[in-house]
Parts: sequence; C-alpha cells; structure tokens
Amino acid sequence: MADAIAALGGTVPGAPADAGAARSRGQGVFAQLTRSPSGFAGLILVVLIVGMSVLGPLVVSPPVSDVNLAWNGPSGAHWLGTNGSGQDVLKLIVRGGQVVIFVGFGAAALTTVIAVAIGALAAYFRGRFDAIMLQITDIVMTVPQIVLLAVMGAFFQLDSPVALAALLGFLTWPVLMRSIRAQVLSLKEREFVEAARLLNLGTWRIVFVEIVPNMASYILINFIIAVTNAIYALAGLYLLGLAPMSGSNWGIMINDAWTSGAMFNPLAVLYILAPVAMIVLLNLGLIMLSRSLEEIINPRLRDS
Amino acid sequence: MAAPAMSTTHASSPASETPILSVRDLVVRYRTSNKGHVDAVRGVSFDLYPNQSLALVGESGCGKTTLGLGLLRLLPRLGSVPSGSIDYTDGQGKHVDVLKLNRQALRRWRWEEGAMVFQGAMNAFNPVLKIGEQMGDTIKAHADGRKPSQQEITDRSSEMLRGVRLEPKRVLDSYPHELSGGMRQRILIAMALLLDPRLLVLDEPTTALDILTQRAIVDVLAELRAERGFAMIFITHDLSLAAELADRVATMYAGRIIETGSVRDIFNDAHHPYTAGLINAVPPVRGELPTLASIPGSPPSLAKLPTGCAFRDRCQYAVDACATTDPPLDLIEERPLGLSHTAACLRWQDVHSSREVVGADV
Amino acid sequence: MFEHTEHDAKSSHALMEISDVSKIFTTKHATLPAVDGVNLTVNAGEVLCLVGESGCGKTTTARMAAGLSKPTAGTISYDGQDIWSLDKAGFGNFRTAVQYVHQDPYASLNPIRTVEATLTAPLRKHGLAKNGKEAWEQATQLLRRVNLTPPENYLSKFPHQLSGGQRQRVAVARALSLDPKLIIADESTSMLDVSIRVAMLNMLGSLRDDLGVGFLFITHDLAIAKYFGWQGRTAVMYLGKVVEYGPTPEVINNPQHPYTRALLDAVPEPDPDAAARKLEGGGLKSAEIPSLANLPSGCSFHPRCPIAEDGLCDVKEPALAPVARRSVSCHVVQREDGHPGDRIRPPEPAGATSTS
Repeated sequence: MADAIAALGGTVPGAPADAGAARSRGQGVFAQLTRSPSGFAGLILVVLIVGMSVLGPLVVSPPVSDVNLAWNGPSGAHWLGTNGSGQDVLKLIVRGGQVVIFVGFGAAALTTVIAVAIGALAAYFRGRFDAIMLQITDIVMTVPQIVLLAVMGAFFQLDSPVALAALLGFLTWPVLMRSIRAQVLSLKEREFVEAARLLNLGTWRIVFVEIVPNMASYILINFIIAVTNAIYALAGLYLLGLAPMSGSNWGIMINDAWTSGAMFNPLAVLYILAPVAMIVLLNLGLIMLSRSLEEIINPRLRDS
Repeated sequence: MAAPAMSTTHASSPASETPILSVRDLVVRYRTSNKGHVDAVRGVSFDLYPNQSLALVGESGCGKTTLGLGLLRLLPRLGSVPSGSIDYTDGQGKHVDVLKLNRQALRRWRWEEGAMVFQGAMNAFNPVLKIGEQMGDTIKAHADGRKPSQQEITDRSSEMLRGVRLEPKRVLDSYPHELSGGMRQRILIAMALLLDPRLLVLDEPTTALDILTQRAIVDVLAELRAERGFAMIFITHDLSLAAELADRVATMYAGRIIETGSVRDIFNDAHHPYTAGLINAVPPVRGELPTLASIPGSPPSLAKLPTGCAFRDRCQYAVDACATTDPPLDLIEERPLGLSHTAACLRWQDVHSSREVVGADV
Repeated sequence: MFEHTEHDAKSSHALMEISDVSKIFTTKHATLPAVDGVNLTVNAGEVLCLVGESGCGKTTTARMAAGLSKPTAGTISYDGQDIWSLDKAGFGNFRTAVQYVHQDPYASLNPIRTVEATLTAPLRKHGLAKNGKEAWEQATQLLRRVNLTPPENYLSKFPHQLSGGQRQRVAVARALSLDPKLIIADESTSMLDVSIRVAMLNMLGSLRDDLGVGFLFITHDLAIAKYFGWQGRTAVMYLGKVVEYGPTPEVINNPQHPYTRALLDAVPEPDPDAAARKLEGGGLKSAEIPSLANLPSGCSFHPRCPIAEDGLCDVKEPALAPVARRSVSCHVVQREDGHPGDRIRPPEPAGATSTS
C-alpha cells in the first residue's frame, strides 16, 4: 500500500516543496465544504442567523407595545403578526437571537475549554488528579441536569446571559472530557510525545502544543455540537420558566406564547412558531455543518 | 510507453513450457484527489513460467506493490487498469484473461489459481475468529457448493500448517493475537496455499520480522515450492532476500521494469546503474568492511516524471542523451524461460555491479 | 555499590554505565523479566551495538538508558552519577544530553507541526536560540548536518510531505538540536528502504566521527551492527540477558555463542551462491523464542541450541566469562575456550516441527 499512497502524491519523495502547506490544507477544507451541498447550506444558515442576530439590534428599533394591535395575524405592516402586547413578532425575532446565540456559544466555549483542559491533563498525568476528575464527572453525569437547573434557578438569580452560559457550561463538560481524555491517553503514547519529553519541552507545552492541536478538528466538531446542546437546554429552561424573564429573546418569546395560550389562538400561532423555527434552523445549520466537517476531516467516513 | 516484452525466448523454450502468467504493457492508474491521475505502473511486460520464482525489487513508491496487487486485481478503489493484458494459463492449458473475469469468476480464480500474502500479518486476520475457523471458512467458500466435512477441513488445514512447520493442534485453536508475528506470517502463507494455487504473490512477507523469523519463512517458502511446485512473485526492497528466494529478478523504478535477469546474472553483473546501486547498498555481514555508497537523491514523483530516463537525475552514468530518450529494455544475454538478461539503460555496456567498481557517493 | 565506584574510577571516560540492571514487569498472571542483570558501558564517542530478536530486552534496555523507564534493580549512571538519584536540574541535563531516535519516523514526528516548528521548539525552550531568527538559522544548520539540503526546502514541510528517509533525518536533526553526548538509536534504520539505509548509516557515522557523539545502537540486523559499529563494541542479547559482549569485529567476524552464530547464519546475503549454502533455520532447533513468562531452566537458550548438552545446559545457568577477547555466557564454549570446533554445527539438519 505504501506504493499506492506514494503514487497518490501524498508522500512522493522528492516532490518540490509546495509552500504553506497549512494554508493549502485550510483552503482545502473550505473548498470541500463549498462542494458538499449540505455542509454549505449549513454554513449559510448559520452565517445568516448569527449575522442577523448580531446586527439586528443595531439596525432594527425595539418593537413598540400597543394593546390595540394585540394578537394580530400576519399583515403588510407586521409580516409575522403581533404578540399579546401588540409587539411586532418579526422585530422580536430579529432582536431576540443575540442572547440565545451568546449563551449557546458561550456555554459551548466554556464546556469545551474545561473538557479539553481537564481531559488532557487528567490523561497526561493520570494518578490522583485523574481519579478525582473521573469521580467528579461521574457525579455531574449522574445528577439529572434539568432538576439541577431547576434547583439552581431557584437559588440563584440567573439574571445575566453570562451567568446562564456559565451554568450550562459547567454542567455539560463531563461527556466531552471523557472522550478527550480517552484520545489523549492514546495520543500521549505516540512516539512524538515521547520525543518531546526527551527534549524536556515542559509539560504544559507538551500537552497543549504537541498533543491537543492533534485533536483540533475533533474539538471543533464537538464545540459545534455543544452549541446546539446549549441552545436546546436554554430553550428548555425558558419554556419551564426557570430562566429570567427580563428583556426579550427567542426563549422568552416561546415561554410568553406558551403561558399566554398562543397555542390555542390561530392568529398567534406564528408567535410561538417563529422562535421555535429560528432555534431549529440554527441548530439544523450547525449540525449539517458539523456533519460535513466530520466527513471532510475523517477520510474513512468520506469513502463509505 | 510500451516496454518490449521481457521474454523473447518463446522459440527456444520447449513447446510444453507455456508461461503461467503473461503480462503485456500493463498500466495501473490511480485517481488522485484533485481529479488528476498518476500511473503507478507504466507499461510492464513479463512472462512467468510454472514453478518459477520472480523477485520484484525496488524502493518504496516504485510501483512493485501496485503491480502485485494489479496482477491479482486487488487494487484499491482508486486504482484501475486502463490498458495492458494479463493472460493466465491454468493447469489444463486453458487461457484466462484475468482483466476480463467477472466478479464471481475472479473470486474463484483468486485463491484457487492465484493467491496473495500481504505485508503486516496482523491486518489480514479477523481478530475475533480462531485460526481454524478462518482456514475453514476459506475451504468452505471454495468447495464448489459441496459441503466439506469438519474432518476434511481439519485435515486440510493441519496439512498446510505442518507445511509451514507449525503445530496444527496448537495453532488451529488460537486467536491471531495469541501468536507471534512470525507464526502469523507463516499461517498466512499456509492459508494462501490452502487451495493449491499455481501462483503466489508475496508482498514484503518478511519486512517487519526478526532475522531468525525471516530465515524461518525463507526456509519454509523454499521447501514448499520444492514440494508443491507453484510460481511465485516475491515483492521486496531487500535484494539479499531476492538472492535467497528467487530464480529471476526484475528491478522496478518509477513504475517500469528497468532490468531483468536470472538471479545470478543480476547479482554477478547487473547492467542498470540502479540495480547496481541497490546491490551495493546492502552491507555484507561476512568478510571485510566495505565502504558502502547509497544511491543519491530520491525517486521522482510519479505525478511529474522527468523527460527521458526517470533515473537520470540520480545516475552517475547519465549523459545528455538520457534526457531525451527513455530507453527500452535492451537484450544483454538471451536465455530460455524468461531468464534473459535485459536492462533499460543507454549505457548498460559501461555498467557493472561488482562492489569494487561502483562507489561514487554524492 | 563499592564495586560500582571502583569501576567508575577504572573507566573514567565512561559516558553511560548500565550496572546489573533488571526490569521485571509484573502482570496479573506472570512476572516477566524483560531485562535481567545487564552490564554495559558506552564510552564517549563510542558505538555500542545491542543486537537480538524482538523480545530479547534490547528496547527495554534502551528505554532505561534514556531514562524513559526506571529499572527495577541496578543503576544507570550517566557521567558517573546514578540518573535516578539526580535532582530535577541534574535530570534535566541528563535528559537533554541523551537523546533517542525512534524506529518509526512516521510516528516520531508530530503530524501537525512543520519541520521548523519541530526543530526550533527545543532550541527556544532551552535558550540555545535567543530569538526566532537565531532559531531559524540553527534549524537550517541542523538540517544541513543531516544532509537535508537546501534546508529552506524542508523547513516549511509537514511530516506527511516527506519520505520515510527524510523524516528519519528530521528526527535525527531534532535529537541533535540540544547537542547530545549520546544518541540512543532504536532500530532507527530498520524501516527504511535498503537504498536509503546506507546513506542514513553514513550520516550517523559522520555524527560519531565529527561531533564525537556516542551511540547506543539497537538493531536486529548484524550486518548493520557490523557496518555501523565496527570500531565499537557489540552486545548480543537473548531473553533479557547479554550472551556475548565484545569488540564488534570479534563478535561478528568470529562469533562464539551459538546464538550469535545462528543470528549471523540467518542474515540474508546479496549473493545467490552464498544463499544456497545457508544452514536451514540458522542451525537452530526452533524458530520460536520462548516466552519470558515461562523461561526454560538452566541456560534459557538450551531448547533452541544446537550444541546444548543434557545435564549441563538445561540445569545450570551460564555466566558471562571471558573467551577469546570477548565475554560469552555458554558452558560449552567456555569449556572449549573459543575452539568448539565442529560442535557448533550439528551433523544432521534440524527439520523438526518448530514450536516452543
């Protein structure tokens, strides 16, 4: 097979230097992403929704409450109708993504950072640190999250998106930590890690410069999955009324629609469907993106 | 592209001796990721006669493994054979066009007529099946719809295992991981020979093994061949193994056969600078300590081959003409049964392989 | 311990001393004495070849010598000091002075780091280069040292863009980056093509000759040991013990231990006529190496040995003793003191079914 691989141009010795291999590899991933229809669609979806949510509040003025306009169906003035306070649903949608997306990405970032740091260090050092961390993951994984969230929600004032992101992030790292740990356990036995140890490059450097970047694509994919999980968890919190109801966002819209009986009002159906659709579309986009990233990065999946 | 047929000796060979395998102008092509393709084998022709042992020798990337896989149509999905022919003659003198066999016929032909032993013995086994079961499955799969009895299967498997000097009782009941690398490699040989093929292709069967284990496998192969009589193509980068096991040597470089001949012709008087370089790169274990020279440089990329002779950049004999002419295999010494000595070098008359002569290190 | 200091005084230029070193792995089912009471010395600028089949303990010994694993008994001393009693700084010095070149250049380079990143990391970390420019310059020098020229062509490459031989050269360049006194090469050329192998050995030889780097050179191929270690010494290991140890020309051109002879007989030769004369199975009774978990009694080689004597070799364990300008652990050879005559070669070929 060595012949075959060499023949494919991969490691043909003596081939002239193609400069900037990292760059070309990065370009390769993007090129392949644009070639995969679902991956590209996912990317477009995510960019559109995130772009709208980030820029929306700067462009669109807050919707005005007007009781006279309560529960209006779709019209030329209000494309998606109005809610019980007479606010324009479209404006609420455009302005209401920011918090959800912030919490989603924030929680995912926190989860990923904790999982990678603890997973990598636990696997590298083993011993007591590893044992303690495994115990903690066991505990966190055993406690039903939604119950814990309910309790936490009751005890603490989760009044800022930062606190919400932190809470979600701290509750979800164990699963990823386990798989990172497993991968580092195998990576650290690789000879290039031993070579780095022989050069006395220092533990931090070995773990975070030599080992962890080898999992970069895996971490990226898991980060994206963590975003979707955090967004769903957040939506659940809002639906149950466990998250703070100040301001307005897609979660609060769902809760508001639910509690004000929008389910039974044909004119209000868009008020509940619109935020749900936004969340579903965003997550769909993220999942499509992560799936085709996975296929691009893992050639075994691509072939089958 | 077409290299001339390596054997030009049909007339002088006895009428009964028809080649078991006759390969003409074989090209093996791999698709590459960026919609292009490279030819890993570029027009190879040779005849292999019954009971002959041919060593395909060359550096990694020279196309020797690809050629081996191509002969048995075991190429990976990206590979294809755009041109050339492989003509196999079975025991009854019937010709088989290997490239035209349909899937089912190919499955039968492989293993019953031509079998392969792969490099890296572990991957070739199913890790969760005992050796006995794996051997039994092979026998059953090729039983012509007849259901062989357990006794038959055990007898046949045991016979083959004894043939490679393993104790059947112990081996049949073992899982692959319970056996040493050398034992696994020998079992692979036994399995390849289960259905009495007339052609065996071995891809670097001893590369990852210790010297004593390697010795055991070389011995087993020589013994089996003497006993059962099959033709063998032995792929290796180690010329000294070729010296031990082969009747004939074919050196490959950049997808072409560039020198062929009987093992003695090649080792005593190689006429291609590349073959000579390979021979001189092997440190001898006996006698005085020579200063060894390596072949400078590395093989060219198959994706962008130079004009003329592919070896010229590394060749101390290269002259201007080498840049324009891709030399065909010239006949140096005619011999019967495909043993003729040929070399694809414009200056083959100036090249000699004895250790003392070649020594220019760069 | 006293003997140890005495020995130190005797050979003051000894770079590394491996004294009575054992490594016993304990598993649930068995104790495996991978290395058992090995004594070896590597002098500065000298080559010591360690030869044997896989499972003979040569890699375990090498890893202990590199400080990658701790012996269960005995001492490894570098520059006269037991490496496992050094303080952190001392051990750091040892770590950088003794480097290791792995067998598989596909595994020993980090796939996501360029050659430049691989080479400059140790230079920057240990202050050998003050800034990026200096590090770059030193990296190019290292690549020139291992004959990867022009270096500019290689610095920006990733391992997958290099051939096996080029990768192994990068691995050697990396090992050289901290100016080591001893390089432990663990089958560093065995995965390379024959045509590249000699170039690699010649390059390593130039490091030995020009830089005075000592080598602990591990190989299963006696031809390679002979070619690389001619001026040095060779130790042949079998099942965790050294069975023959002496100057390379003596050991390889005039082997005494029946195991060394078998290894030599097994080396394939690029000469069809010599090949035809080969003794079957290297003259051994069995091709299979016994399990460490269940070592044979007496001399552990006796079940495979063509000259083993019943009542002697299967009962009593031989010790290394001087015979014909080297040490050999074999009762028969010691008794006949280097003239075992034709006893070494059995009259009838050993063709029995081979199992252990």
